[in-house]
Amino acid sequence: MTQETIAPPGQGLAPVLDIHNLRTELLIDGQWRAVVRNVSLTIHRNETLALVGESGSGKSMTALSVLKLLPTKISRIGAGQILFEGKDLASLSERDLRRIRGNRIAMIFQEPMTSLNPTMRVGEQISEAIRAHKNVSRADARLQAEQLLQQVGIPSARLRLEDYPHQFSGGMRQRVMIAMAIACRPALLLADEPTTALDVTIQAQVLAVLAKLKSTYGMSMVFITHNLGVVALIADRVAVMYAGEIVEIAAVGDLYSEPMHPYTAALLDAMPRVDRTEDVQPIPGSVPALTDIPSGCAYAARCPLKQPCCEKDHPELLPIDGTNQRFVRCFVRSAK
Amino acid sequence: MSTLQRLCHAPLAFGRLLSRGGTTGWIGFALLLAIIFMAVFARWIAPHDPIEQNIANRLMPPSSEFLLGTDSYGRDVLSRIIYGARISLLVGISSIVIAMIFGTVVGMLSGYIGGRFDQLVMAVVDVMLSFPSLLLGLMVAAVMGASIENLIIAIAVTEFAPFVRLARAPTLAIKEKEFIEAGRALGFGHARLMVVHILPNMVSDILIMGSLWMATAIRTEASLSFIGLGVRPPTATWGGMIREGFENILDAWWLALFPSLAVFATVLALNLLGDALRDAIDPKQRRS
Amino acid sequence: MNTGRNPPQDQGIVVENLCKHYTIGGRWPARAKQIVHAVLDVSLVVAKGESVGLVGESGCGKSTAARAILRLIEPDSGKIFHDGVDVCALSGPGLRQYRRRAQLVFQDPYASLNPKRTIRQTLEEPLRVHGMAKPDEIAERVERALAEVGLPASSLSRYPNEFSGGQRQRIGIARALVLEPDFVVADEPVSALDVSVQAQILQLLKTLQQLRNLSFLFVSHDLGVVRNFCSRTNVMYLGRIVETGPTEQVLDAPRHPYTRLLRNSSPIPDPAQRIHLVASHQDLPSATNPPTGCAFHPRCPHAKERCRSEVPTLQAIPGDPSRAVACHFPLHG
Repeated sequence: MTQETIAPPGQGLAPVLDIHNLRTELLIDGQWRAVVRNVSLTIHRNETLALVGESGSGKSMTALSVLKLLPTKISRIGAGQILFEGKDLASLSERDLRRIRGNRIAMIFQEPMTSLNPTMRVGEQISEAIRAHKNVSRADARLQAEQLLQQVGIPSARLRLEDYPHQFSGGMRQRVMIAMAIACRPALLLADEPTTALDVTIQAQVLAVLAKLKSTYGMSMVFITHNLGVVALIADRVAVMYAGEIVEIAAVGDLYSEPMHPYTAALLDAMPRVDRTEDVQPIPGSVPALTDIPSGCAYAARCPLKQPCCEKDHPELLPIDGTNQRFVRCFVRSAK
Repeated sequence: MSTLQRLCHAPLAFGRLLSRGGTTGWIGFALLLAIIFMAVFARWIAPHDPIEQNIANRLMPPSSEFLLGTDSYGRDVLSRIIYGARISLLVGISSIVIAMIFGTVVGMLSGYIGGRFDQLVMAVVDVMLSFPSLLLGLMVAAVMGASIENLIIAIAVTEFAPFVRLARAPTLAIKEKEFIEAGRALGFGHARLMVVHILPNMVSDILIMGSLWMATAIRTEASLSFIGLGVRPPTATWGGMIREGFENILDAWWLALFPSLAVFATVLALNLLGDALRDAIDPKQRRS
Repeated sequence: MNTGRNPPQDQGIVVENLCKHYTIGGRWPARAKQIVHAVLDVSLVVAKGESVGLVGESGCGKSTAARAILRLIEPDSGKIFHDGVDVCALSGPGLRQYRRRAQLVFQDPYASLNPKRTIRQTLEEPLRVHGMAKPDEIAERVERALAEVGLPASSLSRYPNEFSGGQRQRIGIARALVLEPDFVVADEPVSALDVSVQAQILQLLKTLQQLRNLSFLFVSHDLGVVRNFCSRTNVMYLGRIVETGPTEQVLDAPRHPYTRLLRNSSPIPDPAQRIHLVASHQDLPSATNPPTGCAFHPRCPHAKERCRSEVPTLQAIPGDPSRAVACHFPLHG
């Protein structure tokens, strides 16, 4: 496998994924409630976009909506388009979507033990993932599976093909899941908190594997997490979500040196650091309940910069500078 | 909510629960109430004395005076069925209550203590469960002799093992939960942990299974009485009446039919009620 | 016991050479008996009013050690002193008294409260069991405990499932405090919470510590949280303490290679300080089949022959009595 020349993230090329005004709804107590509200995101080639937020922010739901992996009876995509390789995934049939899942767009999850079939050998599972989309023989698929295990850094790959998931440790299982995900060389990898359940030294190893694969295959990645330390480690651009909306988008350096949205700044102040001894600043109040989203700015009740207009009107996600790289959803910040 | 308030709210909660199980539950409940009513107010409902013999009227088919006919001693079948309900319900309820209490205590202790004690208890329970329940009841009643108290004990023995199993499983699960460890850290003793924290999580399931198994208890009572190991005559029991009917089945069909229908109706009522309650509980658990 | 120290009365918690092992298998023909040394020769001190951290990754034994100190798990050997009293020798009312004064805050706010009991019942129960207050005082103490953790009195009649994770954690803290303990073991108390809620709980714990002069043993895998909360820290690896000292010094100038690895793997919210991610595939060691000698030697870049055969003991660093490290070739800070 040759190493492709890597272009710097994004610029000039057509975006890999283009989400326009996505609205995903869940059926709660007989009513449809929006958990993803008017989300627009663009992911460029070779880019790692971190989607950051706390529980209930809608970040996982956004990723699941892209591949329509939401439970069918109680969820639906209410509005919006998800453009990928010339198609709108939101309106694609289930059969066409299956051709894309695992093939062009892959997803990895937090708990590898529940994402891997415990009764199937690992080699079989990876081969199955390959043969679902590519017309190769069993022997070829098996060879590819072995190569994939090597790529994700599992020693004695050929022997390990015969093992069952429970014979792997947590970090190794996660690598197996990554191997399955990249088996068909997807253009986009959605990673939903893949390292949250791992120990910190193992997390570093798995992140290294992801970084290496990304540069080898020229893959784009959407990395969902609540950990701002991990984001600083691997992201090119960051999108911060709150109460189902995107409140800030920025390049990673800008986000940390000069957070624009008060929520982003508050999150950074609330996080304890391993390199500094300082007091953490809690954010007063709590996230609004799904059933009780305010009509104005969702963050207003907890915001130190709150103005009267913030509670009445709903701010839009607007570009801050002319380069179309920074966006913020805040009346106060976008006025400057 | 204090315990007293909870007790007063219980009938309402029960009603709501039952509605969730569907109309059949209400049918069963109504039928059961009717049978209980019949048993309680037997003295005022029964047209004749159940043990009064009247040889002149023996083996008479249903008529306006004896609505369900008379038996070989001239006793009114209807009155005997009404009074027979008392025996069946008394035996059914008492045996289940005894089995429930003993079974739950043993099951909870077994699950909580674990180790060799648990293994021993489970071995005994497995042996008991491998016997057909009727055979078990028969052995106990034959050994202890036929009387109403021994009958209750015999049937309690047949119903004991399932309750042990039923109480042990949730105990094992809850024992591992962190709030139990929290209780230990707070200095709570084992008795308190079992009674106050583990038991309430099982009570509803146990009560519902109890209502289902009461049907089995009543059938077992009827069967044992049929064999002759039940309550001694002249007391009216449904099983005994069926036996008598069985002996006279060619001449007096009413002697076998009506007591059988009585057993059938009671068992049906309890089954409908228990099924509805169980259905009502299950989806709730899935949702929560 | 090999220290010969006679713990003074007000020294808080002193743990000496604590050991706990588990046996797996041995009954069935298929699996041979295996011994897991969950806690090996752990010694630490928590002075009155101090916060001491116990850090490590999964399987290092920190939770087992913490519970053994509270005697929720019975230690196999070693000594534990609480204000001079030998905890391991206690039983009955003496043990109950210890349980009153040494409390535990759990990681999982969802599993640590009985879902069938109201908050009032959950908070009143410890007071009743220990006979700590007259019946008319109980309600007042419960309300005060709830106010201290920042929850309204209306919470008392509700059930745990009506509260969020952060609120439940506050209730768990209130329950631990209602008995007026002087020593609290916090087992990953904020790991299951979001960052903003985590900060709230950490601030609450700090306030309570200052108000009540509590001693804390703070078990965590998150070095940032430990740095924020604990003045001193112990680092554990496969059942042993490998380094101990003031938190800032241990994290900024680690002496044990594992501490350095742990610290370097901990992400910092600053892209300018990106650690160089090195692809490697060394797993956490197996507790049933530990490496010989120093347990860390398979992963250690400085391992030498001596490390494979000889287990290093915790030694004070020359010139710095507040720090100790268990390594044959400690790093230079």
